[in-house]
Amino acid sequence: MFANSISKKDLLLLAVFTAAVLAGPIILKPIGAGYPDLLQKFAIYGIFALGFNILFGLTGYLSFGHAAFLGVGSYTAVWTFKLLSMNPVPAIIFATLMGGLFSALIGFISLRRSGIYFSILTLAFAQMCYNLAYSVLTPITNGETGLQLAQSDPRALDVAFGRDYGAVLPSSDLFGIEMTGYPGFYFCAVMLILCFFISMRIYRSPFGMMLRAVKSNQNRLNFTGIHTRPYALTAFVISGMYAGLAGGLLAVTDPLAGAERMQWTASGEVVLMTILGGAGTLLGPVIGAGAIKYFENIFSAFNEGILNNIFDFLPDALQHIAVSVSSMFVGEGWHLTLGALFMVIVIFLPGGLMEGVSRINNLIRRQPPDGGPGGAPHAAPAE
Amino acid sequence: MDAILLQILNGLDKGGAYALIALGLTIIFGTLGVVNFAHGALFMLGAFCAVAVKAVLNIQMVTIDPTKMTPWGAPMEIRQPYVEVWFGDFGTTLLDFSVPVSILLAIPIMLIIGIAMERGLIRYFYKRPHAEQILVTFGLAIVLQEIVKSYFGANPIPQPAPDMANGMIDFGILVGFDAGNVVYPAWRFIYFLFSTAVIAAVFAFLQFTTFGMVVRAGMADRETVGLLGIDIDRRFTIVFGMAAVVAGLAGTMYTPILSPDYHMGMDFLVLSFVVVVVGGMGSLGGAVSAGFLLGILQSFASMNEVKAILPGIDQIIIYLIAVVVLLVRPRGLMGRRGVMEQ
Repeated sequence: MFANSISKKDLLLLAVFTAAVLAGPIILKPIGAGYPDLLQKFAIYGIFALGFNILFGLTGYLSFGHAAFLGVGSYTAVWTFKLLSMNPVPAIIFATLMGGLFSALIGFISLRRSGIYFSILTLAFAQMCYNLAYSVLTPITNGETGLQLAQSDPRALDVAFGRDYGAVLPSSDLFGIEMTGYPGFYFCAVMLILCFFISMRIYRSPFGMMLRAVKSNQNRLNFTGIHTRPYALTAFVISGMYAGLAGGLLAVTDPLAGAERMQWTASGEVVLMTILGGAGTLLGPVIGAGAIKYFENIFSAFNEGILNNIFDFLPDALQHIAVSVSSMFVGEGWHLTLGALFMVIVIFLPGGLMEGVSRINNLIRRQPPDGGPGGAPHAAPAE
Repeated sequence: MDAILLQILNGLDKGGAYALIALGLTIIFGTLGVVNFAHGALFMLGAFCAVAVKAVLNIQMVTIDPTKMTPWGAPMEIRQPYVEVWFGDFGTTLLDFSVPVSILLAIPIMLIIGIAMERGLIRYFYKRPHAEQILVTFGLAIVLQEIVKSYFGANPIPQPAPDMANGMIDFGILVGFDAGNVVYPAWRFIYFLFSTAVIAAVFAFLQFTTFGMVVRAGMADRETVGLLGIDIDRRFTIVFGMAAVVAGLAGTMYTPILSPDYHMGMDFLVLSFVVVVVGGMGSLGGAVSAGFLLGILQSFASMNEVKAILPGIDQIIIYLIAVVVLLVRPRGLMGRRGVMEQ
């Protein structure tokens, strides 16, 4: 029913994206990322970044509080597990709705201001949620320990349908398929594809056009008599729902929710994912999320021994220096790499990887056939 | 009555820290038009100046005393900090006063860091969108934090206040209440005095010196000042360094109140931003008064009587006030028209 309104190019993009995601385990195997735990993270944070991009990429409103919605989604999902059923479907539905509800509340207030004020307000609200989750709301969030499942949970729906998990701690399952390993990944992957499709529809819709207009010149829109705030708020709520869904999926694959998911570093991470991939592009955020999570995984696993092996070819003194310098960046110091990467991307490539790709494309295309014999790839004209 | 006085006093030191950070943020924003998300990291760096000074002063000389034996039969090692060996009593005093002494180190270091930051990074971002300024300073904050973490570890490092400031001051007697009702740690009062002094110094500098006059003119209309043949960029660089010093000093002196750890900066930064928003972006007086106001309100909210009625209010009072202020007075308490309203 949608097919006739989608352009051929988009359809192709969607098909390629679907194929790439579903074949993820095979494609990513050569770079050592072909195992389900990591793939799940790619998909989940891909959704998170996609949603963030609807707000930041389209309207230009830079929110620093999206981790709050992720955390809310996680808590909601775990509570749904505890109270209703171990089936992930109600969990993610409620997580998405709660994400939407919270973002509507926070967005309604934050969007009264734009620019820096908006960033600060969202940051403040996220910190507020984080503080509350740690202190007063401990009965709901279980504070520092994090919210966990327990054998004695009511699970009303499961009981009503006569499911009994016996004496073991249950894990989430979709009508009997356990949501761990590859089934868990494919569940997330289907969600990712769905989210990608929705965000593609938003991009191509008049609504998406309006959001882009908000970004490029809000004043002019106001002069034309268009009230922009409802549009921005809608975008904010949609991206909050994406974040809630991502949080819910995090809980589906690992039924545990902690307040540290709401910390400002987590908000910063999703900003980085979006920027790294390319804000305002369709594919960028997913690629950025994948890249960050992949490197996080690799860098965190490094230790001095591996580093010593890598720098083995250097003379001893140099090896020592190289190891001690680079060990600051790996393992525990992964956040340092993250911060440095953040700066490098913003300074040199504000359009992200997608801009980098298109720059290289331009270089190749602009190369005139008579530019040089053989057309050496580095002979791009300097401007 | 005495309870109210006590809560006001309790809010003053935290309010002082908020005011100092918010003041620096506002100065940077007013002069350079940049929102500095790394300002909290500067506060944290200042605090770690104190940690470093104490660590250096505490480098110990180890001598072996063959006449005494440990219970295990090995010769007793006597450890004594070098400063005490070299300077005797003066060295002991120096150790005791390590936090105030570190101010002497913090000022030049923070000035250098501030100027290096502005020249090396921030100046390339004047013409770029605000979102990118926020992001790059945010990245810088993470980098600074992590560097500190890799050197000093992730645990808070307690810093003692000088012995003479460890006691309590009984304010109740001063204003005629019964003794023992309004006692207040001396160091926190010193911090309050210190922060007011720094704030007064910054205002005096901007108000009464030629340099300050040029800076204020630059804040009002940068272009015209430039046309008059004044190198405003250079002055603004120094102003940035000054703001870094203010944040750093706030951090250095705060260490006896709150043991510094690597993420203390971000906790304060978020609150200071709220302070700036409440006070009104671009208004120095607004930033200072909102800083103290919110500090005091926060301490009132953490009274047990208040918490019994509204549990958790102490955690969120500042944000709630920010929400109310933004809904009622969108420009903040003392915000100027036309600032940040593009």
